[in-house]
Amino acid sequence: MRIEHKKKILAIVATLVALPGVSFAAGGAQNLEKAKNDIHNQASLQRGAKNFVNYCLGCHTAKYVRYNRVAADIGLTEQQMVDNLLFSGESPHSTMLNGMDPAEAKQWFGVMPPDLSLIARSKGTDYVYTFLKSFYADPAKGTGVNNLALPGTAMPHVLWELQGTQEAVWEGHTDSQGNVQKHFKEFTLANPGKLTPEQYDEFVRDTVNFLDYIGEPVQAKRQSMGFVVIAFLVFFTLLAYALKKEYWKDVK
Amino acid sequence: MMGNSSDKAATGADNGRLASLTTWIDDRFPMTALWKSQVSEYYAPKNMNFWYYFGSLALVVLVIQILSGIFLTMSYKPSAAEAFNSVEYIMRDVEWGWLIRYIHSTGASAFFIVVYLHMFRALLYGSYQKPRELLWIFGMLIYFALMAEAFMGYLLPWGNMSYWGAQVIVSLFGAIPAVGDSLTEWIRGDFYISDVTLNRFFALHVIAIPFALVFLVIAHLMALHEVGSNNPDGVEIKKVKGPDGIPLDGIAFHPYYTVKDMVGLGVFLILFSMVVFFAPTMGGYFLEYANFEPANALQTPPHIAPVWYFTPFYAILRAVPSKGIGAALMGIAVVLFVFLPWLDRGKVRSIRYRGPLFKFFLFSFAISFVALGYLGLQPATAGVTLASRVFTVVYFAFFLLMPWYTSIDKTKPVPTRVTYHAH
Repeated sequence: MRIEHKKKILAIVATLVALPGVSFAAGGAQNLEKAKNDIHNQASLQRGAKNFVNYCLGCHTAKYVRYNRVAADIGLTEQQMVDNLLFSGESPHSTMLNGMDPAEAKQWFGVMPPDLSLIARSKGTDYVYTFLKSFYADPAKGTGVNNLALPGTAMPHVLWELQGTQEAVWEGHTDSQGNVQKHFKEFTLANPGKLTPEQYDEFVRDTVNFLDYIGEPVQAKRQSMGFVVIAFLVFFTLLAYALKKEYWKDVK
Repeated sequence: MMGNSSDKAATGADNGRLASLTTWIDDRFPMTALWKSQVSEYYAPKNMNFWYYFGSLALVVLVIQILSGIFLTMSYKPSAAEAFNSVEYIMRDVEWGWLIRYIHSTGASAFFIVVYLHMFRALLYGSYQKPRELLWIFGMLIYFALMAEAFMGYLLPWGNMSYWGAQVIVSLFGAIPAVGDSLTEWIRGDFYISDVTLNRFFALHVIAIPFALVFLVIAHLMALHEVGSNNPDGVEIKKVKGPDGIPLDGIAFHPYYTVKDMVGLGVFLILFSMVVFFAPTMGGYFLEYANFEPANALQTPPHIAPVWYFTPFYAILRAVPSKGIGAALMGIAVVLFVFLPWLDRGKVRSIRYRGPLFKFFLFSFAISFVALGYLGLQPATAGVTLASRVFTVVYFAFFLLMPWYTSIDKTKPVPTRVTYHAH
């Protein structure tokens, strides 16, 4: 009884102490790998844009994202954009759409592939990074693959020829009720792909970087503006403080 | 020399014209009289400290919200089909739209931060006590209007957290016996949160409640200037006046407090800009991540929690197993503040002269408020529920035991003049 009481108190204390450390949970129980992308790296953004157009845009859209805005932000001319990234013959002013028919998409995948404009904002860059690295062979699934970050995902492993085929290694233990509990241990690369694992990580990182950028295109500008605004406000505050001191000399 | 004297002549002529314009207006509208009575000859205690910045800051945030809100409505579309798209349109295609939107979303949280600190100041220094009861009640009405304003505004982006947050909070009215279900339907205008709900929340958010807020703020300020500002000593400065009828411990609001508040404003804007420019989502607390997905009536977010400023009350709601009693307790927790002037039997105002009992209860109340706010953000596990119950009891003890502990508390003698050291 007393021990239980102590445990409860401990639980309360632990909950309170953990205050700043708890972050909003997203996705599966798997620990997310850090994406470590950098939206200020334009070369990475350009590679990411290429990856996105080549591998994602066929099924997914980025319906809020304009081609010419992307070109301007990631350091391409509009002509470079038209020559290298605009395959659908649309105007550079248009947004990133595709020709997929929602009804057919539903037939093929069971769901309409989601729009990716905001995926990095809603799910987080670490989640997307981990997701793209967590496909593994699962013969029970129609697509032949499953995903540890989003179990049962309808998405096939579009990047398999780059990454190769991963297999999941599971550990088991028998719990107190006598049921076998399966834990994920690690991935093994069954068939290597065109890229080495390090190259694949970079490929995914660039792609996530691009998704991070399109989630909030103004991000880089916002941060650089912030320094100027705050510098001005510091100056303003110092001035106001000097003025205040001057006036308050009279107050005895 | 020549240039100099003609400059002087020109300035003199300008002053003359300005003075005659002022007279012209004053003959028709009490401009100078208002300026004098409310600002330049409104005498505030000279010992007002850090805690006294938050009133003027709340006024600044109100203006920020109204101005940024006007610009947002120019591009926002209050329809279930278009709302989410129009917010992204503002974020991406509208010139400076992202800045205006982040100012507005950060302003919402900033409003509650300054208002909570402003209210806590009133608790510290007994600012709600006689003769400031009405001033306090107007303030509480502002707080209630602010809660309604924030709640309805949160639906407008039509993200999935907007949708499910509104769903959860509106359904609380269903806990009211007999009329609950029809009341809920009446509020939504539909059987679920829909386009109709979004449209009416928009109308209330941009017209009705801002009107009420501005009116209440004016009433709050009029009441304040009628009774005069309290101060950290809780001393009534009007009791000791000089031969000119000006309180000896009073100084003109302008220029002394206008320049002082300018410093507070500067510091506030620095912190505000840090959020706007470097952490507009504030790690998911000011803008929740699930709200970057459009509203989806078929899929709930993994964890539904209101925005942080409602979570102390949300934690109280969840602490009670019965939805009806939980909702009632939550309502009472909010409304109890109104009765403080009558619950407090203390003979002194300020914490400086209160006894240990009041200090203990106020301190535990402050801790419980913050703790409940934190607990309300967490998924309800057994530990969280237990802790919420403990802190709910502490929260209510502050109010309900107040007549007892304030009347038997050992208070210190209050000086006749305020404590102030010139610096």
